[in-house]
Amino acid sequence: MSVATQAPASAASPVDEDARWKYLNHIRQTPGPFTDPASQDEVAMRMFDNFKVLVIGAGGLGCEILKNLAMSRFRDIHVIDMDTIDISNLNRQFLFRKADVGSYKAEVAARFVMNRVKGVSITAHNKTIQEFDLDFYRQFQLVICGLDSIEARRWINSTLVTIAEEGDPDSIKPLIDGGTEGFKGQARVVLPSFTSCIECQLDMHAPRAAVPLCTIASIPRQPEHCIEWAHVIAWDQEKPFPKLDKDDPEHVTWLFNKAAKRADEFGIQGVTYSLTQGTIKNIIPAIASTNAIIAAACCNEAFKLATSSVQCFGFENNYMMYSGNDSIYTYTFNHQKKPDCPVCSDQSRPLDVDPKATLQELLDSLAVRPEAQLKAPSIRAEGKSLYMRAPPQLEEQTRPNLTKTLLELGLADGQYVNVTDKAFNTQFDFTLVFK
Amino acid sequence: MLKIWSMKKEQKDAENAEGHASGGKKKKITAAQLRVQKDLSELSLGDTMKTDFPDPDDILNFVLMIEPDEGMYKGGRFTFDFNINQNFPHDPPKVRCREKIYHPNIDLEGKVCLNILREDWKPVLNLNAVIVGMQFLFLEPNASDPLNKEAAEDLRNNRDGFRRNVRSAMAGSSVKGIAYDRVLS
Ligand SMILES: [Zn+2]
Repeated sequence: MSVATQAPASAASPVDEDARWKYLNHIRQTPGPFTDPASQDEVAMRMFDNFKVLVIGAGGLGCEILKNLAMSRFRDIHVIDMDTIDISNLNRQFLFRKADVGSYKAEVAARFVMNRVKGVSITAHNKTIQEFDLDFYRQFQLVICGLDSIEARRWINSTLVTIAEEGDPDSIKPLIDGGTEGFKGQARVVLPSFTSCIECQLDMHAPRAAVPLCTIASIPRQPEHCIEWAHVIAWDQEKPFPKLDKDDPEHVTWLFNKAAKRADEFGIQGVTYSLTQGTIKNIIPAIASTNAIIAAACCNEAFKLATSSVQCFGFENNYMMYSGNDSIYTYTFNHQKKPDCPVCSDQSRPLDVDPKATLQELLDSLAVRPEAQLKAPSIRAEGKSLYMRAPPQLEEQTRPNLTKTLLELGLADGQYVNVTDKAFNTQFDFTLVFK
Repeated sequence: MLKIWSMKKEQKDAENAEGHASGGKKKKITAAQLRVQKDLSELSLGDTMKTDFPDPDDILNFVLMIEPDEGMYKGGRFTFDFNINQNFPHDPPKVRCREKIYHPNIDLEGKVCLNILREDWKPVLNLNAVIVGMQFLFLEPNASDPLNKEAAEDLRNNRDGFRRNVRSAMAGSSVKGIAYDRVLS
């Protein structure tokens, strides 16, 4: 790559700002058949200028998303990523240069885009998403995720569902989620608490293809099997270090040597240090073009949501999957909300209770309350098994709670409790309201 | 107000009219815990299995005891630690046998070779499916999926000899130079 690309735009000929936004403004100011007429007035035009977006992840997808948002004239962007830049990122995470290796991704990406696009403010947070409270997330109108972790997606999803309040449209923060795996990817829009959420769609994520343990233990056929053997079995038997750190070269070298020895014994070729690293960290080769396509789809939705110039994904079609494995294929459909989704099911009801009532009395009342009619309920609060009807030993352990009052059990006004009943396939959520 | 926000309100109003009104939605219980609670209340343990919750408030970590009442492992008492992480049910539960036992599908560290605990796990599977699978391992040890290779070969080549070795291992004797834990109850 030539040196010239590293210089900020200001060093070259200045960009004509009017020309830069000419086409974007044209799109916004020219109504089409799907344009909401309300999006054309002055108020709507100005709203877009104050739109605040949060981007989670500044990696392969994140770099694309930040660039696309800035080039779509989003002006107030925050980005969260706690990772630092690794040399292996440079082939596709195009906002980073060799000199940036070791620096925070969020910080470098923000700086790069701000240098290139005049008028955009990007605030970098070199942290994990879990370090922020609800009020932090409430300040945004929209969240876009470019993550490779399902756990992080589930976390932000349940956080945004928690923020969503009935009767307050501003509390609904649309979540646009992009994900890629090799030549495959998906882009989806979640309107928290209204439409199918990440948790509803959990089974759309094929869990990673694992190799049967017995294959690893007895009949390895591929170099990956030898590496998994070193990782899952040899490490456990020999425990060369107290805890495996997949980023520690010494640990990876230990695994690599073990795997290479085993590969030798079975006449298998191809165990290398980098394959060892890739296998234990479950790295699927990232394809730059897949990231570009998925990020473009995500930012397109963000633009539609923020400007109402066209109907966005959400109520109808909400899930676009893309496959570039054999030719190019996309399929867009409406993923239905799961009525028993543990995160977004719309069943949390206020439950009027006397704090001096016993747990038994509360459970008895659930049987007769028309909204519940539960005959054999099990009930839990956060971090507390109040009464579990099954399995039998847990029933025995929690039975003494039945004669305690709600106050004695440490339950508070506004406490959320979850009730399950074997007779029903769904869960019942209640918020206790003390009389 | 832009259309997307007003559309949301319309949909919400329509839902409320249909009687799906909701109260607060301040869930503090993690999705993994909610799912485990549901799975536990649907668990059918039968006479051969028992659970133990060292901390009843922590339902993500518990112990399962299996006492097979038929097959080669009859009369034994096998203890498994279940460890479920916050990514359940995307991730399968982690299961490990506490005792050192002579079994083709369980290694000396207690790792269990059961397809649904690893390569065939799906979020739609529940804890009941797992414990049924575990129970089956004691009724039908499987020589074609070996984790303890010696035991598997033994089972394949000499079923009666294997049966005798299982019995002496369960009694706490050594088999082929390896000392096993006594698991007879
Ligand atoms: Zn959901």
